[in-house]
Amino acid sequence: MTLAPDHKPTFANLSLTDRLGKAMPVILVPILIVLGFVAIGAPSSWLTLTVSGLAMGMMIFIMASGLTLVFGLMDVINFGHGAFISVGAFVGVSVLIALGDWTGAASLLLNMAAILLAVVAAMAVTGALGWGFERVIVKPVYGAHLKQILVTVGGLIVIEQLIYVIWGPDEIFINRPEMLKGAVTFAGAAMEKYRLLAVGIGLVLFIAMRMVLRRTKIGLIVRAGVENGPMVEALGYRLRIVFVGVFIAGSALAGLGGVMWGLYQEVITAGMGEEMMVLVFIVVIIGGLGSVEGAFIGALLVGLLQNYIAFLEPKLALVSNIALMTAILMWRPQGMLPVVKAK
Amino acid sequence: MIVKLLSGDQPRSVLLTLLLLVTLVCLAGAPFLFDGVRALDTAARICIFIVLAASYDLLLGYGGIVSFAHTMFFGLGAYGVALTSSHMGRGFDALLVGSVSGAVAAIILALLIGLFSLRVRAIFFAMITLAVASALAVLVSQFSGLTGGEDGLTYKIPRVLTSANRMGEFMGTQVSGKILNYYLVFTAALILFLLLLRIVNSPFGRVLQAIRENDFRAEAIGYRVIWYRTMATCLSAAVAALAGSLFAIWLRYVGPDTTLSFEIMLDILLMVVIGGMGTMYGAVIGATLFILAQTYLQNLMGSASEATSALPLVPDLLDPDRWLMWLGVLFILSVYFFPTGIVGRLRERRAS
Repeated sequence: MTLAPDHKPTFANLSLTDRLGKAMPVILVPILIVLGFVAIGAPSSWLTLTVSGLAMGMMIFIMASGLTLVFGLMDVINFGHGAFISVGAFVGVSVLIALGDWTGAASLLLNMAAILLAVVAAMAVTGALGWGFERVIVKPVYGAHLKQILVTVGGLIVIEQLIYVIWGPDEIFINRPEMLKGAVTFAGAAMEKYRLLAVGIGLVLFIAMRMVLRRTKIGLIVRAGVENGPMVEALGYRLRIVFVGVFIAGSALAGLGGVMWGLYQEVITAGMGEEMMVLVFIVVIIGGLGSVEGAFIGALLVGLLQNYIAFLEPKLALVSNIALMTAILMWRPQGMLPVVKAK
Repeated sequence: MIVKLLSGDQPRSVLLTLLLLVTLVCLAGAPFLFDGVRALDTAARICIFIVLAASYDLLLGYGGIVSFAHTMFFGLGAYGVALTSSHMGRGFDALLVGSVSGAVAAIILALLIGLFSLRVRAIFFAMITLAVASALAVLVSQFSGLTGGEDGLTYKIPRVLTSANRMGEFMGTQVSGKILNYYLVFTAALILFLLLLRIVNSPFGRVLQAIRENDFRAEAIGYRVIWYRTMATCLSAAVAALAGSLFAIWLRYVGPDTTLSFEIMLDILLMVVIGGMGTMYGAVIGATLFILAQTYLQNLMGSASEATSALPLVPDLLDPDRWLMWLGVLFILSVYFFPTGIVGRLRERRAS
């Protein structure tokens, strides 16, 4: 009997391109920032644009995160997500206008309290609306993409028209709270205070969301559900309830995004959600359906690119996003960090 | 003969046949049957939107693909005619060149979008078309030097087709170039519709339906799913662009609101879904009902809103501007309860 030959399996080191390929999506953001610096030249305007690009990206991420999770978890594509953005903005702005004394006061505390109340109100309303939307509109059409798209578009129309009925057909102008007006100057670059706040809120939310998804039991179930739903159900978890929870949370986040976007633009219209949906979809597609991290990176890329291009060649700003999406889909047809396998 | 014209796809329901015949007769005789400019304009719109809705049905009903870029192709055709007419001067050659170049541009764009998004998964297509269509709408309003921006373009069409061309009286109606123009629109619409009917009843249409039902199985049998889906996208884009050209010839005006807006996209969706997806005749019924309702029902809503002005909130809900909301409700209900639309219902009644 001969002994089995000595066999030492060795793992080949990953080649540089393989390792780089894995990290590539994350590296793209700094690359874009550096490229922006090269193209723009002037450090002060570059810094201003970068901050506003990051702020815009964070807000888009807040709106997109719910959508991508809902898709990943239940394979439901919600075209009505934009309606929650509009409703959130209208509720939040109404609260801010009602609290005119607080927002007009030159006290940071009162200003923040007013914003906090507005955000809470907006998230409560959009969360409740999302719950109703899920029950009435989405639930009967599980598993049928075509019907989902049609029905949620119908929901979008109805909610948007209801905004007209309740708040009237005119756009509403809103002033930012007193202490958030104006800009701080740093190294010769003017950065609007509100944009810095938006970047802060976005970062905190992203980290919190990552913590919930990575460190908690519920996050584990959600991630496992995205990866392999039937198996999670076989283990005894009622994914349906988790899904409703994620849907409500996603709608509430869209409402938060709506308030923030409304204050950023200082004007809100019933159609704003629909307009934002274009960017949200681009972000969700390039990030990879179902991936929160991918949506985060995608949102930052879209926000930065839009701001850089708007400075360099204003007319091409929106087209630049389409070009970005095309380039990324050529490179990775499933999006940068796909979680859901192709169906 | 008639069966051959309809490509062997008969209405298969007595009531439906009657409805279609009434529509055909009314549209064919519109200038002489109805009085007034508004009625003629409505009839022309119905013709154009029947073609537009039918070409969308090829995609949605037969291919099972949701696109939000159909108005983009419609707009390409319309702007094609508008641009050539304003640069080449009035003349039939301008109309022809404009229509053809609009259709070619639509095919190329559809091919690009299709190859990009249908390659991965069909659901990308809905999102990507939405993004591309809105980008094009923004481009059109920004490059105002070329496209007239938000104001749009007004231009001249050949004098033969305008009301300045008087050709005597027929059946008590003054026959003018306007009526000639209407018959141009009507004939072209009829031909395009019959062509679409031919396409969906060809082997190509059958494969498309097979893919809609089960793309995996169709692929396994040996049909190249992507190729068929992309072809369907290109065909429907081309027909939509031609419908856009007809619209531009009829209106003598193009603007972002009348050709590229998301509202028109929703209108098309509603027409196809309410009429009946995957039937072609559904597009006829849907478009006719929709345009009639849009033109005449809004007045009714206005009076209902005034009649209830004493009540809270109700007049706001019945305001003519809110008509889209009721359509949205109708749309959701019809997707749930009548997924086969009006035509499907009529056919079921006969079958049972």
